[in-house]
Amino acid sequence: MAEPLVKKDDDRDDEDYSPFMGIEKGAVLQEARVFNDPQLDARKCSQVITKLLYLLNQGETFTKIEATEVFFAVTKLFQSKDTGLRRMVYLMIKELSPSADEVIIVTSSLMKDMNSKTDMYRANAIRVLCRITDGTLLTQIERYLKQAIVDKNPVVASAALVSGIHLFQTNPEIVKRWSNEVQEAVQSRAALVQFHALALNHQIRQNDRLAVSKLVTSLTRGSVRSPLAQCLLIRYTSQVIRESGVNTQTGERPFFDFLEACLRHKAEMVIFEAARAITELSGVTSRELTPAITVLQLFLSSSKPVLRFAAVRTLNKVAMTHPLAVTNCNIDMESLISDQNRSIATLAITTLLKTGNESSVDRLMKQITNFMSDIADEFKIVVVEAIRSLCLKFPLKYRSLMNFLSNILREEGGFDYKKAIVDSIVILIRDIPEAKEGGLFHLCEFIEDCEFTYLSTQILHFLGNEGPKTSDPSKYIRYIYNRVILENATVRASAVSTLAKFGALVDSLKPRIFVLLRRCLYDSDDEVRDRATLYLNMLGGDGLVGETDKDVKEFLFGSLDVPLVNLETSLRNYEASEEPFDISTVPKEVKLQPHTEKKAPGKKPSGLGAPTSGPTSAVDAYEKVLLSIPEFSGFGELFKSSAPVELTEAETEYAVNVVKHIYDGHVVFQYNCTNTIPEQLLENVTVFVDASEAEEFSEVASKPLKTLPYDSPGQSFVAFEKPEGVPAVGKFSNLLKFIVKEVDSTTGEADEEGVEDEYQLEDLEVVAAEYMLKVGVSNFKHAWDNMGADCERVDEYGLGVRESLAEAVSAVINILGMQACEGTDVVPSNARSHTCLLSGVFIGNVKVLARISFGIDGPKQVAMKLAVRSEDQVVSDTIHEIVASG
Amino acid sequence: MQESCPTVKSILLLDSEGKRVAVKYYTDDWPTLSAKLVLEKSVFTKTQKTNARNEAEIIMFDGYIVVYKFIQDLHFFVVGGDDENELILAAVLQGFFDAVGLLLRNNVDKKTALENLDLILLCLDEIVDGGIILETEGSVIAGKVATNGLDSAGSLTEQTISQALATAREHLARSLLK
Repeated sequence: MAEPLVKKDDDRDDEDYSPFMGIEKGAVLQEARVFNDPQLDARKCSQVITKLLYLLNQGETFTKIEATEVFFAVTKLFQSKDTGLRRMVYLMIKELSPSADEVIIVTSSLMKDMNSKTDMYRANAIRVLCRITDGTLLTQIERYLKQAIVDKNPVVASAALVSGIHLFQTNPEIVKRWSNEVQEAVQSRAALVQFHALALNHQIRQNDRLAVSKLVTSLTRGSVRSPLAQCLLIRYTSQVIRESGVNTQTGERPFFDFLEACLRHKAEMVIFEAARAITELSGVTSRELTPAITVLQLFLSSSKPVLRFAAVRTLNKVAMTHPLAVTNCNIDMESLISDQNRSIATLAITTLLKTGNESSVDRLMKQITNFMSDIADEFKIVVVEAIRSLCLKFPLKYRSLMNFLSNILREEGGFDYKKAIVDSIVILIRDIPEAKEGGLFHLCEFIEDCEFTYLSTQILHFLGNEGPKTSDPSKYIRYIYNRVILENATVRASAVSTLAKFGALVDSLKPRIFVLLRRCLYDSDDEVRDRATLYLNMLGGDGLVGETDKDVKEFLFGSLDVPLVNLETSLRNYEASEEPFDISTVPKEVKLQPHTEKKAPGKKPSGLGAPTSGPTSAVDAYEKVLLSIPEFSGFGELFKSSAPVELTEAETEYAVNVVKHIYDGHVVFQYNCTNTIPEQLLENVTVFVDASEAEEFSEVASKPLKTLPYDSPGQSFVAFEKPEGVPAVGKFSNLLKFIVKEVDSTTGEADEEGVEDEYQLEDLEVVAAEYMLKVGVSNFKHAWDNMGADCERVDEYGLGVRESLAEAVSAVINILGMQACEGTDVVPSNARSHTCLLSGVFIGNVKVLARISFGIDGPKQVAMKLAVRSEDQVVSDTIHEIVASG
Repeated sequence: MQESCPTVKSILLLDSEGKRVAVKYYTDDWPTLSAKLVLEKSVFTKTQKTNARNEAEIIMFDGYIVVYKFIQDLHFFVVGGDDENELILAAVLQGFFDAVGLLLRNNVDKKTALENLDLILLCLDEIVDGGIILETEGSVIAGKVATNGLDSAGSLTEQTISQALATAREHLARSLLK
């Protein structure tokens, strides 16, 4: 079939010429009748099949009847001895994916081909048959497949092995029986057979850790021929290292040595795979990283874009955990900023932003400014996010970074890009108090010429909350009132609300705000007029008696304490009548979805929506849920909510995770449960908590979950009392109890009768770090000096033998649960000593600062000196106790 | 996913307007025809303005890695997951690219490709099976495809393959010297 299929038409040799021009499904199906001719014309038949395949490839579909007809016609072509035609027949059968009863028709023909003398027939027949077959047929052909795996022709062996890999998904128990043959094929001299055999062998033994370990040991010493197989072996090796744990590998480390040896392999594919594997090892040390980083650095200056991309992407990931290890590559990275390939340039920039130190920030910003103009929005967003985290890391540099953000805010860009910038500015304003006034001013400038209604309203809202608290609130009024004059109704309405907030908080501005609000009474839009009227009355603008101060603030700044979804349904159900709609009738129970949170673990706190006072928005959401439960309403203010902790293994019948809510004198466990069995409905779901290993806690309330249908998460709560203000710790064992009812899968209805059942969950622990909020300070020295030495306590501790200095530092930070300031959680490689600055808020809202000096000596003995300052001597002592007992 | 076998999610051969010449999907990441077309369109538009005529280029978006190479009015793409070793995907791309070059005897353009669509489809069939890489060596792939026609046509022998490879190298050497 090497010759052109359709004769060239020399007269019409123009650009658009296609041999399939004007092709039509109906006509081609007619043509397919040649398959039934007694005298088969192989060439003609091949052409028709090509046309059919062309149609399918273009997205055309055949009806069931058409497909069946074509299939039966194609089976006739097995009579032809033409090898080219046979190949096309194989392709066609695979494309048609025939039904079980149709498969039987071709089985015998394909089985004949499987035993043919022509290797190409054998290989292809195996692949086709395994693609279309089902379990019952598989047992019939199993014998041939086993033979094929050890066939001396590599194409045949590979075909059988690859088919085995696919069949393993549906019929693992059959494929497992081929283990011996596969084992033999692993030793094959043919490069790709070895690769395929290795893949299948690993699949068969994936749950047998010892076997995987043995396989890796035998092969790392032996010869692996193809680079692909070598890559596979690297993946298996790092799996073995991961599963065996870091600590067991003392002295001899054959597996790691193998990875390192692969860095000197001749194929780039293998070198890269090994380098990547090393960088991804958990707890990798700087010394282990160095050789991997070195080869990646060489790739950075390769002429091949793919190689540069792969290297810079990996280094970018390394920079997140080991920024110092990557700094050696900075010069090469900087030259990549001008790379033709924008993906590479963006990765290079974000890597530099992660590894940069305080002194290089200004130079970097200059380079980026030139770069920003010629990349796509999606890349710009990545850069903006990197700059935001850089700014949080080096708060002293906020001025130049904030300037950069405001400059790019003025340039052209789409909504997502602008939103990313605005979000970043808002987060910086929130976390760096010094940046507030400047940042607000930039936002004001931006809304002067902002084409996105959403962003304008969000900024106005934010301005209303933050602006009145600044030193000179009056300067913002002009920007806000300009909106009332110049913008569309939505923006005008939110500008009116913002004005009212200034009026409510700044008494000196009140009269002038009234003037402006009165002008809005004649607006063309009713919402704007309504809001102006409402606020005027509320603030007492027209000589009327306004509401009390507290009510006004509650109304303007308080959050709507009912979920919007619930409010919407209630309003829909409300029928116009004499009785006004009462918002207090709206149910407050939230269907909180822990799953959406789980799916986006890296999700940044969204800048605009989140209020500035609360620690995180997630806590606010939790607080609302908890407040709506009467049993817990007396617990006071929620101090902290932990991240969800899984109490079940992945893919079990019931998925449960727990969020620990810490109050001053109470702890509430929120169990987020998901039922993953479609045939079951769970009722009255409670968690039975055994607190015998948590002496200071006593259970006070439990709120069961009434029903838990399939795939619709729900929550059950258990509350404990504990001594007030004390960081009580303990271990709790959990048992899920419920009534299970069968659900009819056709009707979806549950049985009347249920059975009581229980399900053991994993234990959970409350540790000292739960009582500490991670709150950073921008200038640690300043904060430290301000705090003063009144309640200071200093002590020295020996930490014993540790893996490394970095490991010791991160362990201490984890025990305390405090925020590392000024990037001091990163320990330079080879450092013998290190000082770590921590800050946080302890339960009872006590600010705590800690300065810890670590030192390490020859046999890895680590000692530290801990200095704690806080507003309360008792707290300072408590922090020391936590360390002493941790 | 780390310890799993290298996987190709899709191979696309599009023309200079982004229309399909031949495409192959190996996963359910794009279950419907429209989802597939959306992918093809964004792959095409995002890469259209780049120069991927000498060295294979690469782009990452929506959690996929795409390596690609252009020649004449044909755009070759190989799509993989974002965990995949980029160099493995590039090896698949190169194998496909070389094999097509050999099979079309260096007349690699849309017209010739459509005229020999059977060869292109067989070629795809020999490179990847259900996402698993079968072969990455261009000459071996071309050899497997061509053995079909050997009996009848007898045109593309081992010798012509090595010749074709030699001319291909010569081309490359010349373009580098320029």
